[in-house]
Amino acid sequence: MGSIIAQRLIGSIPILVIVSLITFAMIHLIPGDPATAIAGLSATSEQISNIRHDLGLDQPLLAQLGHWYLNLARGDLGRSLLLGQPVLEATMQRLPITLALSAYALALTLLLGLGSGIIAALKQNTFIDQCAMMFAMLGISLPNFYLGLLMIVVFAVHLGWLPTGGYVPLTEDPIGWLATSTMPAISLALLLTGLLARITRSTMLEVLRQDYIRTARAKGLSERKVVTKHALANALIPITTVIGIVISLLISGSVVTESLFSIPGIGQLLTQAVLNRDYPMVQGGLMITTTLLVLVNIGVDVCYALLDPRVRY
Amino acid sequence: MTLLAVDRLTTAFATETGQVTAIEDISFSIDRGEILGIVGESGSGKSVTALAIMGLLPMPPARILGGHIRFDGKDLLSLSDRAMQRLRGPGIAMVFQEPMTSLNPVFTIGDQIIETIRAHESLSQRQAFSRAVEMLEKVGIPSASARMQDYPHQLSGGQRQRVMLAIALVCRPRLLIADEPTTALDVTIQAQILDLLLDLRDEFGMAVIIITHNMGVIAETADRVLVTYAGRVVEQAPVDRLFDQPLHPYTRGLLACVPTLEQQQPRLQAIPGNLPEPARRPPGCRFSDRCSRAIPACQEAVPLLENFGDDHRAACFRIRESA
Amino acid sequence: MRRYRFRHSVLWRLLHHRLFVLGAILFGIIVIAAALAPLIAPLDPNKLSMRNKFQPPSWNYLFGTDNFGRSLWSRVIWGAQLSMFIGSAVVLINAVAGTAIGAAAGYFRRLDNMVMRINDALMAFPAVLLAIAVTAVLGPSVSDVIIALSIVYTPRTARIVRSSVVVLREMEYVQAARAAGAGDWRILSRHVLPNAMAPLLVQLSFLFAYAVLTEATLSFLGVGAVPPTPTWGNIMAEGRQYMTDAPWIITIPGAALMITVLGLNLLGDGLRDVLDPRLRIQQ
Repeated sequence: MGSIIAQRLIGSIPILVIVSLITFAMIHLIPGDPATAIAGLSATSEQISNIRHDLGLDQPLLAQLGHWYLNLARGDLGRSLLLGQPVLEATMQRLPITLALSAYALALTLLLGLGSGIIAALKQNTFIDQCAMMFAMLGISLPNFYLGLLMIVVFAVHLGWLPTGGYVPLTEDPIGWLATSTMPAISLALLLTGLLARITRSTMLEVLRQDYIRTARAKGLSERKVVTKHALANALIPITTVIGIVISLLISGSVVTESLFSIPGIGQLLTQAVLNRDYPMVQGGLMITTTLLVLVNIGVDVCYALLDPRVRY
Repeated sequence: MTLLAVDRLTTAFATETGQVTAIEDISFSIDRGEILGIVGESGSGKSVTALAIMGLLPMPPARILGGHIRFDGKDLLSLSDRAMQRLRGPGIAMVFQEPMTSLNPVFTIGDQIIETIRAHESLSQRQAFSRAVEMLEKVGIPSASARMQDYPHQLSGGQRQRVMLAIALVCRPRLLIADEPTTALDVTIQAQILDLLLDLRDEFGMAVIIITHNMGVIAETADRVLVTYAGRVVEQAPVDRLFDQPLHPYTRGLLACVPTLEQQQPRLQAIPGNLPEPARRPPGCRFSDRCSRAIPACQEAVPLLENFGDDHRAACFRIRESA
Repeated sequence: MRRYRFRHSVLWRLLHHRLFVLGAILFGIIVIAAALAPLIAPLDPNKLSMRNKFQPPSWNYLFGTDNFGRSLWSRVIWGAQLSMFIGSAVVLINAVAGTAIGAAAGYFRRLDNMVMRINDALMAFPAVLLAIAVTAVLGPSVSDVIIALSIVYTPRTARIVRSSVVVLREMEYVQAARAAGAGDWRILSRHVLPNAMAPLLVQLSFLFAYAVLTEATLSFLGVGAVPPTPTWGNIMAEGRQYMTDAPWIITIPGAALMITVLGLNLLGDGLRDVLDPRLRIQQ
């Protein structure tokens, strides 16, 4: 088990190197002069050369690369131009908020997605199956910000059950957190639930067709045991790989969801950074988020190995 | 003492092009301790019959159109799901053709054997464990105790089939159905598994239905033989009589296909044509379009099994003539 | 004879697959509306008419007007044209670049490792994050949005093509062709790639949907095509403040977006069912 974790960690190094290279390269791919682009249209040439110096853009490329990695090693991802804060600090402040929201959405997704997928597979081709798959199809087709807007109009404006936006930290007030996080979590979860339900259903159907399921029945096991023990144990293996994709989509989705519901998470942080040409923030934030995702995927891989003995032996 | 009596069993499948009969009018019986061999080409309905007896036919596409299956006096077709589940294992057990895929890859083989025991008997985990080890030793797995922690992918095909036998026999069933148990294995392993089967039968005294397309396996193991073609029984006889005096043209064809060391054969003999698809069977006798002895009357009515003495039955209009 | 061959050909099966047809109709409506934009939406989508602002849908203004009195009908139709244009461009780039990269990586073992590492690194970035970052670098405009979306999605297409090629390269008919002296190029173009088309087509269908959806997200956030260019996302972003008073400004473009994505998803599902039901798990 430990060797698998070590293997995956080592295997992820090339990816992380390339990710950091791409992130580094971003500021240099700006058409024209980066410093001018950052400074804006009304900047003086003195302001522009100050920016150029601050960001180290006046040095040769390789030196910049070296500095980039050196700073990365020290945990210094630069300073946000917009906020004045170190990028790492700003990101870490907002990370728990996004994580909490994502966890909420993930819980909803797993519950509803897995549940409906399994039920649909067991009741294949019945009315329940077709309904479930129809909902799943609608789920993956309904844009999450559209759903968010509709929910705000209905639940916040007309019914007044929930606030239109804003955020209450979980640690301060759990009820308040629930109130402000529910609509965002639902709009995030919809797409993912649909996706997971569809994949769970096909995986379960595939597994239920296998010979070992026939053997399990031939042994005289109850149908419930055949499904919950034999089928599920095998179905969860390919589904685990999907969870990795689901988490990536969660982060993607939170960008627009946080903006819509005014939740001060990473998504909103990066959106503001992009809108304001805060390149250090964009680079740093992207780097941190992607690195975290790579680590999460390693975690998913490890789960996969735990579930499938063919990988371990 | 009749253990299992199958009477005029007919099943069908729903397909895109309509309902198609898989097996029709299958009747046979098997006594305690007897070994019945069911032989026929792939697609002749042998496996469908076995699955129907076990109650494992997937019931949305499949339907039982008629007939009875009586096991120890009980009508299997009218049993509830729960009652049928209780019967599988201690009453009737089955071993399948594909040992490579018939075991669940994510559970240890020990777990899979113990699970069978504990589903039917109230033994403690430890008691079940030692029963399982005992069974593994009987089927010829060395270092059985250590092997209990192995996963299926760590075993060879022959070993997996032995484990399948262990699982099937661990609850001491009165009837074992072995569906092409050696087809997927090497020839040398085949012989070992067949010997094992016979030894186990001697030790536990269960009846065995062995399904195969291999006449050699039949000759080695069966007491009585059922020959099937395109979903119907065409001949039924004790094994010696079948090999000495095959009556049905299909049986003769099957036996003629097997080359012998004595004859000088420039070409292997084969039965011309192919098994008809279930949806496209010829009218009347289903073998008529490949039969060297067919006459127009063969296409007009389906021949029924007739008795030719000594528990030997065959379904062909032309047998009486040549006698 | 000919009728028999058509009867169960791919086209026949597609046309008789109910959900595929439904998807084709839904998507077709959008495509036709986009194509006929100059004919059916003659009013300038950017023409202000403050007297007529916030008109609900009526016979005069089929979709109503927005806060500037602009005809929502015109804006949504022209928005459709833009979405179709962007979607098609992204799909086209993906088809060409993704196939080239995927085939090269899958076929030439020496390239595989390196190419796939870069591919995987690009896929490690969350899609929307990478897209907005690229627009930060390149600037907001339609062509830059197309580039951003292509950078985000081409790796996924490349991976799918590569998977097919890796399997097909070991097929016996490929080995036979090689033994008969066929060169790599010939093998790729005549034997391998045609058989890799099925999963690719399915992917491209879903890709169109992702492209349209992500583009709408980008413009909703304000990092996509700049207003006053009418994209569905833009319209919804502007209409957000007037949600309670003039909900049609949001609901109609959103519905159009949903119809497009739904249609494309149904098309993709149908294609997958007909071309290869075994693909079901991969999606």
